[in-house]
Amino acid sequence: MNDRIEKRIALKAPVSRVWRALSDYREFGEWFRVKLDGPFVPGQVSRGRITYPGYEHVKWEAVVQKMDHERLFSFTWPHPKSFGRADIPLDYSGEPTTLVEFRLEKTASGTLLVLTESGFDKLPADRRLEAFRRNDGGWTEQMKNVENHVSKNHVAQTP
Amino acid sequence: MSHRRRSSIAAKRQARAPVFAALGDETRLSLIAKLCNRQPYSISQLTQDSKLTRQAITKHLRVLESVGIVHSVRTGRESRFEFDPEPITGIREYLDFVSEQWDRALFRLKSFVED
Repeated sequence: MNDRIEKRIALKAPVSRVWRALSDYREFGEWFRVKLDGPFVPGQVSRGRITYPGYEHVKWEAVVQKMDHERLFSFTWPHPKSFGRADIPLDYSGEPTTLVEFRLEKTASGTLLVLTESGFDKLPADRRLEAFRRNDGGWTEQMKNVENHVSKNHVAQTP
Repeated sequence: MSHRRRSSIAAKRQARAPVFAALGDETRLSLIAKLCNRQPYSISQLTQDSKLTRQAITKHLRVLESVGIVHSVRTGRESRFEFDPEPITGIREYLDFVSEQWDRALFRLKSFVED
């Protein structure tokens, strides 16, 4: 059975531009929708908060693994059973983690970005959608809104 | 969430060793393939067209049972084993969910760098 996610996406932007969007914590936060406390440093914990309306209480916590200039950016992050509530801060320590890797390759039209997330074999079998669904389906709904918004504004740029 | 509920979830989590690990074995996958039609099978039936001994098959069934993919039901003097897809679909659902989140995040990244 597949224990990993792999995505390949062709970006019409130079490798240096994509690298900046990934490795600069402010730029990463822009598209990922997270407010990070400080720069990414290999071997160190990166902390912050999700910036989705209604989800500001959700903590971002990851351990930066590798920052191989313009080639590879990786971190591990937890997959908690739930993201907690505003009044109950959640402790992610001891939660199982997966490894997220962004690999960059130069192409004729820009950059090929390969994302992999692996280590799902370490997650307990009951790690499921309930935690998200409990939130009145809000998270999924938010995601849809953003997607609609982005795709509307993106149509003109799509070849 | 009450303390009791928390600990029962923790217990359940502990009892359910990783499903992926349990499936990462050819013999166990072939047992699943057989049990997939949702008929309960006895150990003798499962041993029949296998080169493995009854003891070996039993050991593999116990591994599958420990992660909840297989349940044993007692009928008279013998145990029969049946397949329960719930833990597998649970993980697949979660993978699909995470995968979808990435599609959206990467789409936002695309708009961000191509602007």
